[in-house]
Amino acid sequence: MNEGIGARVLRKEDKRFLIGKGRYTDDIVEQNQAYAAFVRSPHAHAIVKNIDASAAEAMDGVVAVLNGAGLTGDGIGNIICGWAVNSKDGSPMNMGAWSALATDKVRYVGDAVAIVIADDLATARLAAEAVEVDYETLPVVVQSTAALEDGAPQIHENAPNNLIFDWEIGEEAATDAALASAAYTTEMDIVNNRLSPNAMEPRAAIATFNEADDHYTLYTTSQNPHVARLVLSAFYNVAPEHKLRVIAPDVGGGFGSKIYIYPEEIACLWASMKTNRSVKWTSDRTEAFLTDAHGRDHITHAKIGFDKNHKIVGLKVDTKANLGAYMSLFSSAVPTYLYATLLSGQYNIANIHCNVKAVYTNTVPVDAYRGAGRPEASFVMERMMETAAREMGVNPAELRRKNFIQEFPHQTPVIMAYDSGDFAANQDQAIKAADYAGFEARRAEAASRGKLRGIGFSNYIEACGIAPSAAVGSLGAGVGLWESAEVRVNPVGTIEVLTGSHSHGQGHETTFAQIVAERFGLPTENIQIVHGDTDKVQFGMGTYGSRSGAVGMSAIVKAMDKVEAKVKKIGAHVLEASEDDIIIEDGAVKVKGTDKQMLWHEVGLAAYTAHNIPEGMEPGLKETSFYDPSNFTFPAGCYICEVEVDPETGTTEIVQFVASDDFGTIINPMIVEGQVHGGIAQGIGQALLEGVVYDDSGQLLSASYMDYTMPRADDLPSYSVHHQSTECPGNPLGMKGCGEAGAIGSPPAVINAITDAIGNNDLSMPATPAKVWAAIQTAGAKQAAE
Amino acid sequence: MYETKYHKASSVSEAVSLMGAADDGKFLSGGQTLLPTMKAHLAAPSDLVDVSGIAEMNGVSVSGGTVTIGAATTHAEVAGNAALQDACAGVADLAANIGDPAVRHLGTIGGSIANNDPAADYPAALLALGATIKTNTREITADDFFVGLFETALDDDEVIVSVSFEVPSKACYAKFPNPASRYALAGVFAALTSAGARIAVTGAGDDGVYRQTDMEAALDNSWNADAISGVLVGAEGMLSDMHGDATYRANLVKVMAGRAVAGC
Amino acid sequence: MTEVSMTVNGKSVKADVPDNTLLVEFIRENLRLTGTHVGCDTSQCGACVVHMNGKAVKSCATLAVAASGADVTTIEGLANGEMHPMQTAFKENHGLQCGFCTPGMIMTATDMVARYDATGKELTEAVIREELEGNICRCTGYHNIVKAIADGASKMADT
Repeated sequence: MNEGIGARVLRKEDKRFLIGKGRYTDDIVEQNQAYAAFVRSPHAHAIVKNIDASAAEAMDGVVAVLNGAGLTGDGIGNIICGWAVNSKDGSPMNMGAWSALATDKVRYVGDAVAIVIADDLATARLAAEAVEVDYETLPVVVQSTAALEDGAPQIHENAPNNLIFDWEIGEEAATDAALASAAYTTEMDIVNNRLSPNAMEPRAAIATFNEADDHYTLYTTSQNPHVARLVLSAFYNVAPEHKLRVIAPDVGGGFGSKIYIYPEEIACLWASMKTNRSVKWTSDRTEAFLTDAHGRDHITHAKIGFDKNHKIVGLKVDTKANLGAYMSLFSSAVPTYLYATLLSGQYNIANIHCNVKAVYTNTVPVDAYRGAGRPEASFVMERMMETAAREMGVNPAELRRKNFIQEFPHQTPVIMAYDSGDFAANQDQAIKAADYAGFEARRAEAASRGKLRGIGFSNYIEACGIAPSAAVGSLGAGVGLWESAEVRVNPVGTIEVLTGSHSHGQGHETTFAQIVAERFGLPTENIQIVHGDTDKVQFGMGTYGSRSGAVGMSAIVKAMDKVEAKVKKIGAHVLEASEDDIIIEDGAVKVKGTDKQMLWHEVGLAAYTAHNIPEGMEPGLKETSFYDPSNFTFPAGCYICEVEVDPETGTTEIVQFVASDDFGTIINPMIVEGQVHGGIAQGIGQALLEGVVYDDSGQLLSASYMDYTMPRADDLPSYSVHHQSTECPGNPLGMKGCGEAGAIGSPPAVINAITDAIGNNDLSMPATPAKVWAAIQTAGAKQAAE
Repeated sequence: MYETKYHKASSVSEAVSLMGAADDGKFLSGGQTLLPTMKAHLAAPSDLVDVSGIAEMNGVSVSGGTVTIGAATTHAEVAGNAALQDACAGVADLAANIGDPAVRHLGTIGGSIANNDPAADYPAALLALGATIKTNTREITADDFFVGLFETALDDDEVIVSVSFEVPSKACYAKFPNPASRYALAGVFAALTSAGARIAVTGAGDDGVYRQTDMEAALDNSWNADAISGVLVGAEGMLSDMHGDATYRANLVKVMAGRAVAGC
Repeated sequence: MTEVSMTVNGKSVKADVPDNTLLVEFIRENLRLTGTHVGCDTSQCGACVVHMNGKAVKSCATLAVAASGADVTTIEGLANGEMHPMQTAFKENHGLQCGFCTPGMIMTATDMVARYDATGKELTEAVIREELEGNICRCTGYHNIVKAIADGASKMADT
């Protein structure tokens, strides 16, 4: 079937984007809309003594200037973190109060203290500059280890020493003992650098309070409009859920940054009610750097032990996770249940212990960003494995291979039970595609040109398809992580699928249609995917965590099961046959072994005219399913990166990047390749180019593309993407998911390759030319000294 | 950006008189630096006098051993000019690597050097070529023109009309770009002029574009990369920022100088 | 305030705008052509690229008043009844995911092809990547964009 599972179907949604008719939030104009600009703290830590809005209010065209006292006075609730993570002594996490508009204190540069509403955007911005805020500055701390020290500035009263939680997983005593008796150990200090997601579409919101109905409508750049609605009503008290419609139209990329419900949407909704105007806010890029949740920022010390046969006996990890000035929605889960539970990697490890301290600092809040915890885990594991291999004089591919998990299901010591995989097959595929065997000859040839070549492996595994609700509930999640689908067959036989997933680049309008096309033998042209509007679509949890295939599509499959059952009953009735003899094929309902059939649209018509349907059957043909996954899924793979370093300047050129991924069933290879390409680009960005930089006073130095290096086309190679799949036993389509893998697996491969090239393993991300050059000088000096 | 009043000038004299009438005006050429600066609220001129359409300020000519480039000539025009590619490919190549293709369609040499961003490319070329900057009132040598960070010898109402230089016997530019901004982290323009070897460095010095005179002396003896391999470029006087410390920049100056010389 | 008049996608347009109005603001807010996007503050991302007098320019770094009298083409004006070959190439090569950078990419691409055609120089993969220096994409990793542009170039040569 050329439009079914496995087909490279071109995207149905492309047309509007190609001709400039995409409908992004900033493109939308509401009648008589007003514009919002935020007054933001220029200080990283300060007491707000007074806000004087008189000059701003007096300006022509200014509708209102509203602040935190007004917001909290009207009962708008504080922003929450929805995943309760306890410290190892059982005490709950120290969640500090976070008001959408700061009341008494500001805790990071960018923290909003007021919202200005005006008739046009220029006036709103000028008025925001005219608001005078009296701050009493306080000492600042931006680094997690410094924030934990005695005497560091206290950011939240209820978090002494800025400690949010002190969490652990695994058996410490057993791990210590295993390491103590290990034949070889490798120890490393590893930093996972802070990043800013930078979806190309800046965040935006248009909030409209309709006084006639006491009803709110919010257009928002969200990955999960229903979750936004739930949180806005249940926690932030903006409106009762049934009086709030949230629409996420076309969204220009998310990568996690558009999961959260930010101060800006809350303030715009409230301001709309106060002013009786639609309130529109669009972030500019610097504002995005100052407000979009950052990612990563881990400082880790790790130790791994091997027996004399180079088999891993234990792994001990200690991590400080910088969560920024406030706890964002998922922030607690990212360095715990999405991180430490993957520390087994692809390896059979009997003893693992991980301790994580989450810390407040005067920086932008940190939360999930493509990979969310798993890139951090892969980076620790794969840098350790490569380093250990070098220290023990073992080939890095061989060392990994010796330790691969071979049998499934495999219960790791850190909660996750891997369901399937064939890690050796992925490594074999990657090694062949990269011509690993020919590497040393290429290294010698490069050397003859004065260049340094290196090659690095990364064998990653991740947990995604999040997640089984009871499992995450038991680990502290405040929500379930199932997904919903309604399959609606129309009277004339076309189909609409209302999905709780959301597409912001992933091609769901095409891939979701493909599974329906395959199931019923209909053209994708007859299948419409509907998402993003809480008025149209039943509650859904949204798109992140590589879940829309494994969980979102599974919900569609379950709904289709119900549709199929009803269709067969109708078919059997109309065609006067036994249900057991009814098959659905090529868009028709047929009696096996005969030429009796009903075309699909005839079935639809039959259901909706109800002139001739089985006794007692309800008319209509639409079915809903809420699908709760039974386990996480475990995409895994082997990435190989080959680099050539110019020792004179420290510049790294990636000469090849090979990916062999196991994603289980692949619905549309073209889409999957695109996801891998984009993920690898972000991973290479982390490894070579990107990094959020703060100075000691908490000023964000990397607040535009002039200083935050975004990967451009000439920074990146073409990618060699391959698949070696094992089916996922956990869901009807056998899918593992693919959205984050590229970003998870690639950074270690790049750093392993560069350190191999330059002969210095002490290299942090981003490995900019300046850093690589310095590392080469150090290596040279060391060599000269020896 | 803040409010401003726009005027389009059709001649140099009109441009000068419009500027004279303004409170705190600025000449607008391609706008590729000035407009982003105004958007960032780092500049707020009361008036903008657009000189981009002035015929006398547009065009490249090579005649009698002299290259003349109108101040409002775009980087794309400079890069694509056949006569210039013949006479001094180093300058054409430099222009071809400023910014990106869209920026090159509007950005101009006059705008670039009037701004004198310490990481811009043209100042290095003009300083190395010993160019002359012709304004509406006088001629200024490049040595006198580039005063310091974002500072030139121009008076308030003075407008650059054109830039000219003798065709050199050698001219090459080697630039190491800042990974984020793609401006020069260190850019070296090496030229062999009738007055001898001249090496100008942009992006690296903490007081803007400068001449690496010790390398010039070495090259006057013999023009090859070996001649300058022994020159020590120290970290003192180099910029240090999140993209590279002074030691690294000093290294880049050395390396780029070698590549510029070797490339000629 | 100044009255600006220009031709946009073949149509004459005229409006009174404050002098500090950017061309991209004029296009998006006054003309309601929202296919041209704003993705950054520093003229680096390329989401705002349009053609002005036949050349690709960043409409976020151009004043509407300065564009008075110009002939402007936005993404909405590229197709002529049916999609432009470059648009088709982006679709066939999966050169877009979220679509936000796409109009700027396509306007840059058609300009790139025209320039290289005119000089007879070859549009290799390396050259395409360099020519995309002023366009940032966060979704695709550029791999398919580069393929789309090469394919679009050959489709444009065929027409």
